[in-house]
Amino acid sequence: MIVESSEQVPRLKWPRRFPVPRDFGVAKNSRIIEGKSWPEPEGATRIATLRIYRYEPDNDGPPRIDTFAVDLDDCGPMLLDALIWIKSKVDSTLTFRRSCREGVCGSCAMTIDGTNWTACTRAMDELSEPSTIYPLANLPVIKDLVSDQTHLFAQHALTEPWLHTETPAPERERIQSVDQRRALDGSYECILCFCCTSGCPSHWWNGDRFLGPAALLTAWRWLADSRDEGRGERLDSLDDPFRLYRCHTILNCTRTCPRGLNPGKAIGEIKRMMLERGG
Amino acid sequence: MANDASPAADGAAPSVNGAAYPITDHTFDVVVVGAGGAGLRATVGCSQAGLRTACVTKVFPTRSHTVAAQGGISAALGNMGEDDWRWHMYDTVKGSDWLGDQDAIEYLCRHAPAAVYELEHWGVPFSRTEAGKIYQRPFGGMTTRFGEGTAQRTCAAADRTGHAILHTLYGAALKNDTNFFIEYFAIDLIMDEEGRCRGIVALDMTTGTIHRFRAQMVILATGGYGRAYFSATSAHTCTGDGNAMVLRAGLPLQDMEFVQFHPTGIYGAGCLITEGARGEGGYLTNSEGERFMERYAPSAKDLASRDVVSRAMTMEIRGGRGVGKEGDHIHLHLDHLDPKILHERLPGISESAKIFAGVDVTKEPIPVLPTVHYNMGGIPTNFYGEVLTKKNGDPDSVVPGLMAIGEAACVSVHGANRLGSNSLIDLVVFGRAAGLRCAEIVKAGESQAPLPAGSADKALSRLDRFRNANGATPTAELRLQMQKTMQNNCAVFRTGEVLDEGKSLIHEVWGGIGDVSTKDRSLIFNTDLIETLEFDNLITQAVVTMESAANRTESRGAHAREDHPDRDDKEWMKHTLAWCDEGKGQVTIDYRPVHTYTLSNEIEYIAPKARVY
Ligand SMILES: Cc1cc2nc3c(=O)[nH]c(=O)nc-3n(C[C@H](O)[C@H](O)[C@H](O)COP(=O)(O)OP(=O)(O)OC[C@H]3O[C@@H](n4cnc5c(N)ncnc54)[C@H](O)[C@@H]3O)c2cc1C
Repeated sequence: MIVESSEQVPRLKWPRRFPVPRDFGVAKNSRIIEGKSWPEPEGATRIATLRIYRYEPDNDGPPRIDTFAVDLDDCGPMLLDALIWIKSKVDSTLTFRRSCREGVCGSCAMTIDGTNWTACTRAMDELSEPSTIYPLANLPVIKDLVSDQTHLFAQHALTEPWLHTETPAPERERIQSVDQRRALDGSYECILCFCCTSGCPSHWWNGDRFLGPAALLTAWRWLADSRDEGRGERLDSLDDPFRLYRCHTILNCTRTCPRGLNPGKAIGEIKRMMLERGG
Repeated sequence: MANDASPAADGAAPSVNGAAYPITDHTFDVVVVGAGGAGLRATVGCSQAGLRTACVTKVFPTRSHTVAAQGGISAALGNMGEDDWRWHMYDTVKGSDWLGDQDAIEYLCRHAPAAVYELEHWGVPFSRTEAGKIYQRPFGGMTTRFGEGTAQRTCAAADRTGHAILHTLYGAALKNDTNFFIEYFAIDLIMDEEGRCRGIVALDMTTGTIHRFRAQMVILATGGYGRAYFSATSAHTCTGDGNAMVLRAGLPLQDMEFVQFHPTGIYGAGCLITEGARGEGGYLTNSEGERFMERYAPSAKDLASRDVVSRAMTMEIRGGRGVGKEGDHIHLHLDHLDPKILHERLPGISESAKIFAGVDVTKEPIPVLPTVHYNMGGIPTNFYGEVLTKKNGDPDSVVPGLMAIGEAACVSVHGANRLGSNSLIDLVVFGRAAGLRCAEIVKAGESQAPLPAGSADKALSRLDRFRNANGATPTAELRLQMQKTMQNNCAVFRTGEVLDEGKSLIHEVWGGIGDVSTKDRSLIFNTDLIETLEFDNLITQAVVTMESAANRTESRGAHAREDHPDRDDKEWMKHTLAWCDEGKGQVTIDYRPVHTYTLSNEIEYIAPKARVY
């Protein structure tokens, strides 16, 4: 089945965490311990509690969960605002990535209350109390909420995200009809935040060889482009038991995309295209 | 082997705290600092020219601020009606309020169509016309026949043009096997005694190691410094690091008093609603429901130039006609537009308005306010991208080994006020120009003289000082003071009195850097340290901006002095140059003449006249 919209995906009511216990099978010094509890800000009347994963790479200590009380009347409405408030007023060592603060650069993706989202587009009043904030799941942690995404970018690069052409470029633009252009809607908008890939159980098990939803969404973006002349090789490179076919339509990806995109559908479209060419 | 990293011969530089910082050395033909639209385009050009090129960037390329650009990229393609690059040039000169250099503006507008076709050929998913050509929308200040009609010149990929361009350029860089150094924070330039730039010193944030890049050419593409202000559409990472490196190298910045306020930042959040929203038919109203722009700009109305619209909005609010509980903002209406058009052409801002203002644009107006958006000022360059300074009376003296492009540079094509969609085109036209220039003057693989002794010392002692800073004022507090001062004292309308007060306030904040405190002592992903280095970069630019504004006693483009309401071409048709002596805490100001000539005979110099829309 090709899922046409996220409405068709059974919606869990913001699960508190992914179904695998975080400490399952990990070495002792990787087990998460209870960390520091910071005092409530004085005079605050509306407080939100954030329990944030901390990891210091310079010492051998285990990761810990620190507890912060955020004064909602003193900070902006989004989770990113709250994190910046903490960094500015409570603990300047709290480490996270951020840039555009409007949901287009993909820097501040993290695991919020058990699912992945960009902190800048998640409102504080949508969080549970207390709320847990972890770095993106299933990635090496560099420090606190900063994960190492090198492997995911390498997988993205593997899809050769540029236009493949053989016919020489015309003097002006290549012609593309409005409808042909519309075929790219829903895939070109990906911001590479990797909420989807980090939330994909197939990628947890086979992330070394399965490309994962973000890279496959990119692959589809180029396969769907009427201007591209590399469809054959693109499909060849995906025609592999792992790269494409490890997707088992669990559809966490579609559920957790902060841009409302549907990588699950894109993967289905690639499989269909593969079938159609008799691959 | 593309990257001959090796431990330095002189091993490590000393540090004030005893611990030495090991250095890894690299040699390249060209080092580009920045992977936004400008940096990536230059990187691709240099790679294609066969030069060994490194691209150093503090954020992953697709996270650069170019990704946030919405409305479009200007070029006289003529897909939606007649157009001519000369009309584009006229509009840009007028938009610049005659402070732009007309040779550079001609270069920009002539090469714009080819640059956009190139992007299309590389795969940018532009929106399309019924004929299958690139869709173009109207934008502020863009006209046909030298001001007569409204031009549809701004090429768009829905309202996500920057995202579409940046991701495509990143793909082009991958295709060309670029040597990326990602999440490397450039600290400073390496200059030799002759005033030639020889490379940069950078911190690899992930491992906490120091890297020294030696190169025949360094290209700064580090973007603007919007975060010097409290409310800005710019990303948190827009801290103008390259500009500050140039100041520390003893070189001047140009026209820093010209800061663009975009009319439609979302009230409170500061996120941008593109001018394309007005291009598609949106309009502004005051508390009386009046479309007040008809009074201020009878012919262009809501599509007048940004400085004009921002001032009009401020006048309405001051006149007691602002909307909201506090009467302190304005309404932008899109609710009369066909929801299909909104969905097709403005999906991104419909979503932003929902998330950041809680507004359904098909039903309600968006609360908006003029918000800091773009820096016309920056590192002075010629249209090849080569950095200029004034030396021995020569106002166009080239600084060897150093180029600047993009928002960091002041070419100057935007003069006193940039037209919307003219920045993205500036990035790719001059990014390309820089690559072409490098192909001309840099010889691939040429052996490079050893770097001057102790070339990394200054950068490392600065790093070490902030890393171990144990004063009493957190960086965030100093940053807030700076941002509030700039917002209050160097805003849409300015007076001598307010600017003089601003000068003393901003110098006070600057003085506070001696008492700064950081808590994170690690070298690995130490964002406490990075934010402090960025603050230190921002504050010198803030000081220079304030001083340049106080110095210019006329009104031109984005610089509106209530005590000097008129443009004064006799006295002030010249670029401000500002040097900053950190040791003495002093700014020195001098001037460069505006280039009042064009590149070719195909268009004549456009003489100054009154600027009405
Ligand atoms: C919300 C918004 C919308 C806009 N919309 C439009 C539009 O529709 N049309 C238009 O023409 N213009 C638009 N602009 C303006 C335009 O987007 C910017 O001027 C332009 O993108 C700047 O590009 P750049 O390449 O110069 O720098 P940026 O894209 O800001 O990139 C800077 C690069 O430098 C790197 N860098 C910075 N400092 C360091 C350091 N110390 N060490 C290493 N690397 C460093 C960063 O990592 C980054 O890669 C918009 C601006 C905003 C804020």
